[in-house]
Amino acid sequence: MDINEYIASGILELYVAGALSEEENEEVYAMMLKHPEVTKEVLSIENAITTLAAAMANKDTSAIFEAIKEELNLTDEDADDEPKVIPIAKRNQIFLYVGWAAAIIFAAGLVFSVVQNNSLESEIEVVRAERESLKEKIYEANNDLTAANELLSVLRTKDIISVPLGGQAVSPESYAKVYWDKKSNSIYLDLKGLPEPPPGKVYQVWSLKLNPLTPTSLGTIDEFLTDTDKVFDLENANESEAFGITLEPAGGSESPTLEQLYTLGVVASTP
Amino acid sequence: MEIELLIKKFKNKDAKAFESLYAMYNDSIFGVINNIVKNDDVAMEVTQDVFIKAWNKSESYTSKKGRFFTWLLNIARNAAIDKVRSKSFKNAQQNLDVDFFVHSIETNDSLDQKTNAIGIKKYVGKLAEKCKRIVQYIYFKGYTQKETAEALEIPLGTVKTRNRNCIKELRKALEV
Repeated sequence: MDINEYIASGILELYVAGALSEEENEEVYAMMLKHPEVTKEVLSIENAITTLAAAMANKDTSAIFEAIKEELNLTDEDADDEPKVIPIAKRNQIFLYVGWAAAIIFAAGLVFSVVQNNSLESEIEVVRAERESLKEKIYEANNDLTAANELLSVLRTKDIISVPLGGQAVSPESYAKVYWDKKSNSIYLDLKGLPEPPPGKVYQVWSLKLNPLTPTSLGTIDEFLTDTDKVFDLENANESEAFGITLEPAGGSESPTLEQLYTLGVVASTP
Repeated sequence: MEIELLIKKFKNKDAKAFESLYAMYNDSIFGVINNIVKNDDVAMEVTQDVFIKAWNKSESYTSKKGRFFTWLLNIARNAAIDKVRSKSFKNAQQNLDVDFFVHSIETNDSLDQKTNAIGIKKYVGKLAEKCKRIVQYIYFKGYTQKETAEALEIPLGTVKTRNRNCIKELRKALEV
């Protein structure tokens, strides 16, 4: 086909319009490559159409490109690394978010475990203190038990003389017991049956000879209030025939105040 | 820069080449889109979408398939027609259809600053009615030869030559 005839056919105008089939498009392209005058004609037509179309543009749209760039996350970097840079930058952003999220979770976990640790430590402190106080109690209980066992073994000794002391006029409900170990010249007093002495007063223990009535002070019970089992031991080297307990002013008296005789008991005659 | 090189770089996702191509074609593409949607704001929105679409499928263009402008023109016409057909779009100027491009060129004040302004206005002003319609259908509506022939009620074989004659007048006016 004559090339001028080909150009004059109007196919190139339709080519620029995009009105041809895919097959026809390839044919025109082949002709363009073969004949420079066809290419020249196509460029002219295209130029005319773009100018015509642009003449309809009543607004300047060059600023839209900024929005396009923003939407596509485009940077002004050079071509060659562009296709790589964009996806990596996107991925990095995801890693950035994930990284921050992980850091926040990690920090929260750290704070939580520090708080947890502190509260556990204080709990340990409490438990340790409790254990100490329990230990002390066990120690005390052991001591008490030892003392009680000692007392029991003393009371069971066959040489012990047991003297019950009965309540007297000033306090009829009172009672007491004296366990007298003649061998070791000591007595044990069980004063559980006596009321608490009023402030400024103490109980005083007396060894008595009956004929004639001669009282000898064995001592005052200064620790009555603080002692829990109310068992006291005193020395007694006298040939006692009876024991009495009076309430005396703090510090004790030279001779018993008989009006304040709480309990009194006579030693049974030795068999 | 040689347009072939620009297109090659564009296909390799070169933002600078993309910007150059945008600067070359944004007015034409916006004009074509506005010719269809007949609303400046919507046309700008569609223009943005069209170039984003072009960027995203830039690898799909080959020169064997046609001119780069024609490829863009196709995307633009399809996007604009989709927009017009979409539910959200209310087209109040349906009746201005055929000679809208002539009208918009004649009333385009911003055109006066451009080169060829006088030529193109002169061309449009004395354009025969049959040319207005054929140019509108073939270039701005994307009709095929057959569709154009049916719309103009002329024989299929006449479309090519009549269109060529109309474009010849345009080229004379523009001196291209």
